[in-house]
Amino acid sequence: MTPKISARDVSVFYGAKQAIDHVSIDVDQDNVLAFIGPSGCGKSTFLRTLNRMNDTVASARVSGEILLDGEDIYASGMDVVQLRARVGMVFQKPNPFPKSIYENVAYGPRIHGLATARADLDALVEQSLRRAGLWDEVKDRLTDSGTALSGGQQQRLCIARAIAVDPEVILMDEPCSALDPIATAKIEELIHELKGRYAIVIVTHNMQQAARVSQQTAFFHLGQLVEFGRTGDIFTNPREERTRDYITGRYG
Amino acid sequence: MTEPRQPTDWTAAEVHRRTRRRYAAERRFRLTGLAAVWLSAGFLAFLLASMLWQGTSGFRETRIALPIDVAQANLAVTPAQVKGRGADLALAGAGLEAAVDRAATRAYGSNGAALLSDGAWLAVRDAIKRDPTLLDRRATLAVPVASAIDVAAKHDGNPDAEAQVARLQARGVLSTGWSRGFLTTADATDPTRVGIWGALKGSLLTMAVTIGLAFPIGVLAALYLEEYAPRNRWTDLIEVSINNLAAVPSIIFGLLGLAVFLGTFHLPRSAPLVGGLTLALMTMPVIVIAGRNAIKAVPPSVRDAALAVGASPVQVVFDHVLPLALPGILTGTIIGMARALGETAPLLMIGMRAFIAAPPSRLTDPATVLPVQIFLWSDEVDRGFVEKTSAAIIVLLVVLLAMNGLAIYFRNRFETRW
Repeated sequence: MTPKISARDVSVFYGAKQAIDHVSIDVDQDNVLAFIGPSGCGKSTFLRTLNRMNDTVASARVSGEILLDGEDIYASGMDVVQLRARVGMVFQKPNPFPKSIYENVAYGPRIHGLATARADLDALVEQSLRRAGLWDEVKDRLTDSGTALSGGQQQRLCIARAIAVDPEVILMDEPCSALDPIATAKIEELIHELKGRYAIVIVTHNMQQAARVSQQTAFFHLGQLVEFGRTGDIFTNPREERTRDYITGRYG
Repeated sequence: MTEPRQPTDWTAAEVHRRTRRRYAAERRFRLTGLAAVWLSAGFLAFLLASMLWQGTSGFRETRIALPIDVAQANLAVTPAQVKGRGADLALAGAGLEAAVDRAATRAYGSNGAALLSDGAWLAVRDAIKRDPTLLDRRATLAVPVASAIDVAAKHDGNPDAEAQVARLQARGVLSTGWSRGFLTTADATDPTRVGIWGALKGSLLTMAVTIGLAFPIGVLAALYLEEYAPRNRWTDLIEVSINNLAAVPSIIFGLLGLAVFLGTFHLPRSAPLVGGLTLALMTMPVIVIAGRNAIKAVPPSVRDAALAVGASPVQVVFDHVLPLALPGILTGTIIGMARALGETAPLLMIGMRAFIAAPPSRLTDPATVLPVQIFLWSDEVDRGFVEKTSAAIIVLLVVLLAMNGLAIYFRNRFETRW
């Protein structure tokens, strides 16, 4: 099976500092892929190269090639706006727009022209909120501000906002690090349900979480991809010394 | 090697003394702050009270009862002529002014006409226009008195006028009322005939030009500099220049306006258009600076969120950044516009200090503005202008408060919290 995203020899520089060092990795359509590694190892940086969010950092420079369905996303003909619609993102800190819950979800479909009639948009909003497991909690207050929700609800709203655009890939940058265990469990459950329909890449500091939600795991250290394989293998039988040290808590 | 540290004795006298000193310093600081607040509140109260005290009489006029028999005066006008457009001209041409003077002489002796304001016959004219039956009967109308009598009746006038007022009051012919003309007419040489509407309208037209130019240009410049401009030496230079422009004395902008708008482009002198352009130059840097700060304060997470659902840079700016920055931008705009509304110096340079007796009806008509009008009236010799000056200041303050109130209303409407 051809991978959804295929990164070849990717290096990222912030000015003169190299943050990612020749990383090659494939993201499968049907799997959840987890990036683990100590703080500052470059896993978030690498994640942000996959939908070109690093473009907003003036000093960032990317070399190598990243193919989405065989198409180089850093090629000059690639439209960044469309790329980000196809590769959605959920951030570490819940960041709903300071607008109504409805507007938060409806914004993406509206700017991409996915639904023009009001009824279609309503249906799309409901469907996205249902898929994000938030519908029952907010259906009576869709006009309330998205920022008035609890942290866990805000993060699920952000996921609903991402899937409302109907992306092919969803990138999650430590989506649970600002949440309590109950909210975290809900997000993890949600990831299980979204799996298969979307290719999911998740960055996490929590190794139990990586073990619970992912089928594949990549371990980053100092900007290098140290080990990449099936999650079960990485956690029970790592090939590399550094991987073993990290997952057994010897450093990190 | 150092001694092992002794445990601190938190009950020692030295500790208590330090605590007391700390509390004393706290009390001193609070008292100083409170004193400063009271002092400024006191100044403000004094200013407002003295303005209201001196200014309210400027909105009122003293009137004298004038028995007049228009029928006997043989005016060559028909009741049909005093209806509609030609009425003013018909009544003036028929010699109404002289008839009013004769009525005053008949009622109050040989210098009776001198008791009346120059505008007294206009009051009679307006009364006839309201009620054409006056053309055929005797009536007693209350008309404005001359400035000297007005001053003597309201405050302390010269001894001559005081004596006359005492005599008239004994006859019971003086009355007071709200001056209709003050809020509807423009400048005049006689203080009983002056009005603030001309200057007020000039100010409103000037402000309209200023905000119409400075707000969109300032906001767009701020957006471009924050969101699009590359960070290099040129943008640094532009930033420094804008900061310096905001600190340039306003008279310099007046000279610039004189040289560019009048000298090079030959726009009309004293026009609200030129005044507005000049003040827009002065206000723009303030709006740019406030706008950039407000845009900078929009959390980056909102930009990230918008970009991540595939919003284009323009959509990020107009759907998210601008609405969130708008309250801050409006605050800067209020400050800039308040300064522009009260500005005198640059407008003197472009000729807005002329004596303008008619309210402007177009942007290119000669006009003056409120602060300049206040400046001109405060320079007058006639004592009747003192209260008019204060009344004009009240009008200026009311306009300022209304403008700020409107801006604060808009700011609160657009304010979103996250």
